[in-house]
Amino acid sequence: MPLRAKVASSVSRTAAALSRAAGRGDGSVIGGWIGLKIDPELLAHLAAGRAIALVSGTNGKTTTTRLATAAVGVLGKVATNSFGANMPTGHTSALAKAGSTPYAVLEVDEHYLAQVLDATDAHVVALLNLSRDQLDRAREVAMMAQLWRAALIRHPELRVIANADDPMVVWAATPPANHDQRLTPPRVTWFSAGQRWHDDSWVCPECGSTIARQNNQWWCTGCPLRRPQPQWSVEDDGVIDPTGAWHKVQLQLPGTVNLGNAATALAVAAEFGVRPVDAVLKLGSVTSIAGRYAQVERDGRLIRLLLAKNPASWLEAFDMADEAPTLLSINARDPDGLDTSWLFDVDFSPLRGRQVLITGDRAFDLAVRLDVNGVPFQHVRTFTEAIQSVPPGRLEVIANYTAFQDIRAELDRVL
Amino acid sequence: MFSDSLRIVWVYPDLLSTYGDRGNALILASRAQRRGYPVEVLEVRSDQPLPATADIYLVGGGEDGPQALGAQRLIADGGLHRAAAQGAVVFGVCAGYQLLGSSFFAKGTEYAGLELLDLSSDRGPTRAIGELAGNIDPRLGLPPLSGFENHGGRTRLGPEVSPLAQVTAGIGNDTRTEGAWRGKLLGTYSHGPALARNPALADLLLRWAVGVNQLPPLDDTWSNRLRAERHAAVAAAARP
Repeated sequence: MPLRAKVASSVSRTAAALSRAAGRGDGSVIGGWIGLKIDPELLAHLAAGRAIALVSGTNGKTTTTRLATAAVGVLGKVATNSFGANMPTGHTSALAKAGSTPYAVLEVDEHYLAQVLDATDAHVVALLNLSRDQLDRAREVAMMAQLWRAALIRHPELRVIANADDPMVVWAATPPANHDQRLTPPRVTWFSAGQRWHDDSWVCPECGSTIARQNNQWWCTGCPLRRPQPQWSVEDDGVIDPTGAWHKVQLQLPGTVNLGNAATALAVAAEFGVRPVDAVLKLGSVTSIAGRYAQVERDGRLIRLLLAKNPASWLEAFDMADEAPTLLSINARDPDGLDTSWLFDVDFSPLRGRQVLITGDRAFDLAVRLDVNGVPFQHVRTFTEAIQSVPPGRLEVIANYTAFQDIRAELDRVL
Repeated sequence: MFSDSLRIVWVYPDLLSTYGDRGNALILASRAQRRGYPVEVLEVRSDQPLPATADIYLVGGGEDGPQALGAQRLIADGGLHRAAAQGAVVFGVCAGYQLLGSSFFAKGTEYAGLELLDLSSDRGPTRAIGELAGNIDPRLGLPPLSGFENHGGRTRLGPEVSPLAQVTAGIGNDTRTEGAWRGKLLGTYSHGPALARNPALADLLLRWAVGVNQLPPLDDTWSNRLRAERHAAVAAAARP
């Protein structure tokens, strides 16, 4: 590593440690930010010599990254940005902090995928899904797919693990018909994890025709784009690998969506040569992820935290949650997106019959939504009031980003 | 025209549904049902013919490509024109508002609109993102508009339409006026589930469709709290 990069890396680690010591956060952003100021090429220097996998998509990237890190861990030490700091500053900080490791698995914000692919020369990228998320500032779904597509074609050596169930991802992972024939498109391995959310992919990104769906299949009614045959898929409580062998997956994380994330993690690890039969044993070691799925006991209430940031992830959260009293908390601060319109893209009817409490900065938006949805609820001002309003036993908490962090802070930053 | 049940058409949810637009159909249906009106909500995709005999048509927001495609298909289909000519209620939101006019811009190209409202839209210097509020045309007898806008367009109104509201916060058409209406056609930049924050506007559309001057009141506690909270937030943001 050049001297400038060494200095930058060292200063970056120090800044991160100072930030943690000062109680200003976990240091995963500030350290990288300072490091990149000193040496803009720092991420590339830190990435050099490591076998790197990137994980990107709208939903499930933090969890899939954790699972893939555990799976690749069969081979040796793996650097990862486990705090979910998923932009280049976070990657820089994570790699600097980890020191020299043969492997790295990095979660990447979907807007930064092209940049991080270029900087890290990653070996593998897993593309999970693309759906609407914070539209008041994020790029449109189709535009994001186009950016991914343009980035992937520049990396012929890359191995792509992509979701066969998401038309936007399939299109992004498929080279354009008129691509420069001197470039070899990266090889794609398809996985199927099921998909509950379809509302962002009714129109073909290639030709504008309607996408038809039946059972698990989908196809464009106007051009050849259709669901590819997946090599990895979920069946019952396990994962089928490309040889057709079924592996039972025992996770400590709830929901079928996490089985899909496990399949993706096994596919990523397989690209590094990890046999699924070895990797699958590691997946059960993953418990909570930056507070997600964490369980905390408070006053006889067993509280479980679920993060749901956008319509697709709310549907998954309802699937994961037990039939128990449920607290929903909604904010609309900068990291959440300022617009609450998406609440009407979520069908809250699965909550009927459960005791529902609502709170958060934008609880009234949620109240109007639940009223129209025919879901009775009770508004509470604080988390403490919520706990006092439910009987001892399970309390499910589903919250969007900053609301989740607020509740985590109340519970003393549970891991 | 309102017969056995109130028929609400959600126009092209496959194209024009980017921001919770389903909410407007749900809110209208819920408010009509609570008054005892039977309701039928039809979701008509862009590869299906648009029925011309429904009572209310909802044209929602969308990304540039789908907006242009939606306008082309609506012009080719002709169903919305026939419905409007027969006195149906049409409610356009954001991209759906723009395409009711004579022209709009998407992906840098000018597209023909449906010419149902005398207005045309252009690209503005900045994207309008944030709270939108305004005093609604007194002839409509509604409390102030409250909404969230997210659009890059600016809209010029012709003499045959009236502004829906005079802007008190946000951009709307051009920082002065917001939305437009004529007869039973009404459009707004207050995007997505615009009726969630404006139950009186929802009732206006229902009254137009049903042909009554008044509807029995509903318990709007939560909508009113939401409106008050948003009003306070806009006022707080305006303070120096």
